[in-house]
Amino acid sequence: MALNIKEELCTACGLCVRVCPYEGVVVEGNTAVFTERCNLCGQCVSSCPVDAIVVELPKKGDVDTSLWSNVWVLAETEDGRLKGGTIELLGQGRLLAEARGCALEGVVLGDRCDELAKDMIAFGADKVYVVEDPVLARYRTGPFASVIAGLIHDRKPEMVLISATPQGRDLGSRLAARIGAGLTADCTGLSIWDEEPLLLQTRPAFGGNIMASILCREARPQMSTVRPNVFKKPQADPSRTGAIERVAVHLDEKHAMTKILEVIREEGGEEVNLADAQIIVSGGRGIQAPENFALIRSLAEVLGAAVGASRATVDAGWISATHQVGQTGKTVSPKLYIACGISGAIQHLAGMSSSDYIIAINRDPSAPIFEVADLGVVGDVFQVVPALREELAKRLAE
Amino acid sequence: MKIVVCIKQVPATTNVRIDPETNALIREGVESQVNPFDENALEAALQVKDGYDGECQVIALTMGPPQAEAALRDAVAMGCDDAILLTDGAFRGADTLATSYTLAQAIRRIGDVDLVLCGKQAIDGDTAQVGPGVAEHLGVPQITFAIELSLEGRKITAKRMLEDSFEVVECRMPAVVTVVKQINDPRRASMKNVLKARKREITRWTAEDIDADPDRIGFQGSPTVVWKVFAPEGRKGGRKLEGEVGDVVHALADEILEIRKGLSTA
Repeated sequence: MALNIKEELCTACGLCVRVCPYEGVVVEGNTAVFTERCNLCGQCVSSCPVDAIVVELPKKGDVDTSLWSNVWVLAETEDGRLKGGTIELLGQGRLLAEARGCALEGVVLGDRCDELAKDMIAFGADKVYVVEDPVLARYRTGPFASVIAGLIHDRKPEMVLISATPQGRDLGSRLAARIGAGLTADCTGLSIWDEEPLLLQTRPAFGGNIMASILCREARPQMSTVRPNVFKKPQADPSRTGAIERVAVHLDEKHAMTKILEVIREEGGEEVNLADAQIIVSGGRGIQAPENFALIRSLAEVLGAAVGASRATVDAGWISATHQVGQTGKTVSPKLYIACGISGAIQHLAGMSSSDYIIAINRDPSAPIFEVADLGVVGDVFQVVPALREELAKRLAE
Repeated sequence: MKIVVCIKQVPATTNVRIDPETNALIREGVESQVNPFDENALEAALQVKDGYDGECQVIALTMGPPQAEAALRDAVAMGCDDAILLTDGAFRGADTLATSYTLAQAIRRIGDVDLVLCGKQAIDGDTAQVGPGVAEHLGVPQITFAIELSLEGRKITAKRMLEDSFEVVECRMPAVVTVVKQINDPRRASMKNVLKARKREITRWTAEDIDADPDRIGFQGSPTVVWKVFAPEGRKGGRKLEGEVGDVVHALADEILEIRKGLSTA
């Protein structure tokens, strides 16, 4: 990849100099000029008011793949902690790095990242790149994509793993388009291909009706977003040591493209992070009335589980849309999915059938949910769920 | 105001299967439809138009084989002013990178576009990668997973639906916004408009028409390749518990606590 300045268009206005996070461009005489510090992050391209900066993305076969090595994990954080998906990526990334005989490296951006970097090392990273700046305090597409694009060009990782969360998908696709990399979405399998040393990325498509294995032969890095909860979380080893490298950037709030006005948490602080949840208790039309979600919530609470819902209940306004599991809602794969009063329309199954273990409670023995459930209870939700809650509460208290 | 809505024609995915012998996709008899999330994007665009004080043009855009024209006719029937089909043998084999480049080139050719709307993802590939890719190729801000959208002058304010929270974000136009299903209920086209849309001229553009770099479109412009497709391991129904609630609950609790024991606490 290369960036070129069309001198005949450049007005030497200096805007590119101000937006560059890496001090990689200066104005000399009547034109902008890239310096050796340019990391090809691409931030200047869209800022140029006269389109004088042109990106040349690599053509197929142009990339010397031997220059690219190491496995990267891009951290996603929440409330100053690594999210579950990032920890899983470190576990799986470690296996890939060992298979390739290379290092596993983490990248963390934020306003305060020291503890996060140490955590990444404890979970398996050999080295962590830390980029701290107030502009990076909360994730935003523009600054994150530019900083990471620059890092990637500079350090040349062979593979980049990102969680397939809303943030990861937003970032991954912007980043891949910026640098001309191949990106595979929502992977549930990652391994080194046995025919060539390439990342073999396996993912469901067509609502889970087919699986596809995808390769990226020529472009680098090979990038994947990875479905949370599929790979095992490694145990933290606080005695592990690794390097932390701070990367200095120059960011200006003015060039961040978007501004966050407000963050709204779900009402009542209730657990709805379905993608990260290891146990989900879901309610469907069989619970008959909106107030009966209290039963579902109460069972979820005892188990420390998230609350899910079928499309029918969300459409009826019984519960907010963030809870919806299914093809038009969220795709989840918890260790345990408990479906209460859910018949199992194909729409719903597409969103939860990759769960490890499925328990279904439904009055109708012919409900399709029983065809995917590992354990089915043919019974009345209004009897079984409260009794189960009591039984679990009693045993957990012991 | 000029709005482009990127749409995709998709098979009714719940019916797509793999032939277990040949591992080939069986698409026979599977009907095509406009990707459901794109219907929400179309509706969002039409709502902007309905509430806009001044001239507002909504253009539906798709890349696909000639028969993808049907999706554009649906969009016109819903109320789009114009429709453009990007169709060319050279577009074949495009992954999300090549697709987003191609759409962005078409949007450049359309010119003076203020807002690009897309569904959050297509239900066949489920990647959610094309909208942000288009934004990057155009060099404009992106707001993904919008559940609310409002425009005021050149300012866009949108509420994004995240995993367990919402984020209210603003940016300036031009921008790309991708929408979730919960943003609206797409209108149904009247029979009269469906019939009218059948006779409408649909603009067709080739790679040359959008001045596309041959190295960045279709298979040649796609870094990823599908190595193989196969049928997922099917789930089979397991044990069923029936009988006295007390016994059933006891057995259920055993099972649940056993699984819970194996979970990591992180």
